Amino acid sequence: MYNMESLNLFIKSIFIDNMIFAYFLGMCSYLAVSKTVKTSMGLGIAVTFVLTLTVPVNYLLENYILKPGALSWLGEGFADVDLSFLSLIFFIAVVASMVQLVEMVVERFSPSLYASLGIFLPLIAVNCAILGGSLFMQQRAFDSVGTATVYGLGSGIGWLLAIVGIAAIREKLAYSNVPAPLKGIGITFIITGLMGIAFMSFLGIKL
Amino acid sequence: MKNKEILLGPLSKNNPVIVQVLGICSALAVTSKLEPSIVMALSVTVVVALANVVISLLRNTIPNSIRIIVQLVVVAALVIVVDQVLKAFAYDVSKQLSVFVGLIITNCIVMGRLEAFALSHKPWESFLDGIGNGIGYGLILIIVGFFRELFGSGTLLGFQVIPEICYEWGYQNNGLMILPPMALIVVACIIWIHRIYNKDLQEK
Repeated sequence: MYNMESLNLFIKSIFIDNMIFAYFLGMCSYLAVSKTVKTSMGLGIAVTFVLTLTVPVNYLLENYILKPGALSWLGEGFADVDLSFLSLIFFIAVVASMVQLVEMVVERFSPSLYASLGIFLPLIAVNCAILGGSLFMQQRAFDSVGTATVYGLGSGIGWLLAIVGIAAIREKLAYSNVPAPLKGIGITFIITGLMGIAFMSFLGIKL
Repeated sequence: MKNKEILLGPLSKNNPVIVQVLGICSALAVTSKLEPSIVMALSVTVVVALANVVISLLRNTIPNSIRIIVQLVVVAALVIVVDQVLKAFAYDVSKQLSVFVGLIITNCIVMGRLEAFALSHKPWESFLDGIGNGIGYGLILIIVGFFRELFGSGTLLGFQVIPEICYEWGYQNNGLMILPPMALIVVACIIWIHRIYNKDLQEK
């Protein structure tokens, strides 16, 4: 039942292990860019894309270079080499280069999206959700590249849903009467918390 | 700017978490107990201060176009050191923090301070700025961790604080406080109280 497992992981990474509501990853850009639905949609798609690329690439790095014993394909002598302490640097390098790639692609094919994302496109490199995806992949030790890709895609879509949701609420919020000290960032925190509690209800689902 | 201002500014008026809204990711995820909050606060302070000094020393030699990559490499190297030290001396806490030690690399406070301060100031001032921001961040972490552990588990640093007799009279731990979303709401309350006393920070 290989496909069924992938589907389960996909749904699980969108709803139950949601990057924002369960782990708070990528909060910085989530709070800063979620003022309009259109921009947040663009950023969400960019994040999903980068996550879907970096998680499998880092999976290959982890399993063929970094893990203890992963270098054994080079020969007997390499079987006990453990490079896992280098994984952070490897992962961040992959993330930074992928982001550069996405930046060039977006600039070439959608200049308007490029202009509206502005500084936040290069900042995806320091979006915790991206590095977090790779680190969770390392921690959970998936069994194949396919599973890792599904996990990356699912987490990305989960992040996209969260940021579009909060952006929609914040657009409406402009018309409501919020206590002055809570205006802006404070009320956004509370709404995110309430959305997180709503997402907690998925926890009981056994997949 | 005077050195004292650089060091103490980030504690309240210019706090990295509740005013500049940086580094939220890790601030929220590790605070369900007080102990990991303190360890995380210390790790971040060390990394910010040292990264600030290194980048400040290199500031005249880094070409502008590749500065993000240089910063990431410096920060990643420091975080690897912190990660290895934690694994060696505080293995249990290191397990609890799981991926969040690695995520200090992408902690916006670190990158934000490097960009906004270290690139244009001398090493000693940058060091003070790093320490100040680290403490400002740690302060919020510790407040949040304190309330969440006290109301969520009735303990502080693992010791029972709320006396047995209260439980016999029907007091119950609030399990909701342990759940991740409550961290956001606790931070929102801190922001609320902070802005009541600092009217100039309120948003229009």
